Amino acid sequence: MVGLGHYLVLSAVLFSIGLYGALAKRNAIAIMLCIEIMLNGVNIALTAFSRYGTPTALTGQVFALFIMVVAAAEAAVGIAIVMTIYRNRGSIDATKIDLMKW
Amino acid sequence: MALSVGFWVLAAVTVAGALVVVAARNVFRGALSLVLSLVAVAGIYITLSADFLAGVQVLVYVGAITILLIIGIMLTHEVQQAGTPNRFRVPAFLVSVVFLGVMAFVFLQTPWHTAPAGTAALTPTAGSLADKLFEPGGFLLTVEVAGVLLLAAVIGAIALARDK
Repeated sequence: MVGLGHYLVLSAVLFSIGLYGALAKRNAIAIMLCIEIMLNGVNIALTAFSRYGTPTALTGQVFALFIMVVAAAEAAVGIAIVMTIYRNRGSIDATKIDLMKW
Repeated sequence: MALSVGFWVLAAVTVAGALVVVAARNVFRGALSLVLSLVAVAGIYITLSADFLAGVQVLVYVGAITILLIIGIMLTHEVQQAGTPNRFRVPAFLVSVVFLGVMAFVFLQTPWHTAPAGTAALTPTAGSLADKLFEPGGFLLTVEVAGVLLLAAVIGAIALARDK
């Protein structure tokens, strides 16, 4: 029987895959794809807690909805920043965008 | 029983899709694989009896965010070898594995306060979610702030991406 632990471990697996990609990718858009994977892992955990912890309160699902809102805003601003960097520098290699590194 | 089979199939598709996103050299294929993974996550929401969330997942993530990212991929001509890792590949892998181990240990060892096993979940959830979001004492202020955040993000995106 599938229970809370299964969903939580699935969310941890998704978050770890996204974490590896976000740390190890060169392309800025590939990093954003991996961030979406991480956010989805968190959403699964919230929804699972909502289902198994408080099945009639739905608070976890509300939190998941707000994470989706923030993810949409993040994707819009992120793509705009990537486009601007690409126009100015001709490349979106995240290892070469180092103007603000010490 | 059917719920368990559904969970395992959807979880396998989700994780496989996410792994392809991370492993793919061609970032466009990675984005298409992300679509598959996100649709499977919508299915996982259905196994958690979160039907409205599953619909929103398909609409917002699959319909809007991934399309936006694919447009970004197409406008920047770095598709072919874009998926190559940087020099932090091994440390990033170690960090992810350690994180996964710690999180799985904590998740499985913590005695969570769950509702009694047979408790039925609310279905359909759309009406109850609307009550939760818009009724006094709910999340009304947060909804307003989320709207302002989206407006600010869209205006900021336009201001950033516009030709000077």
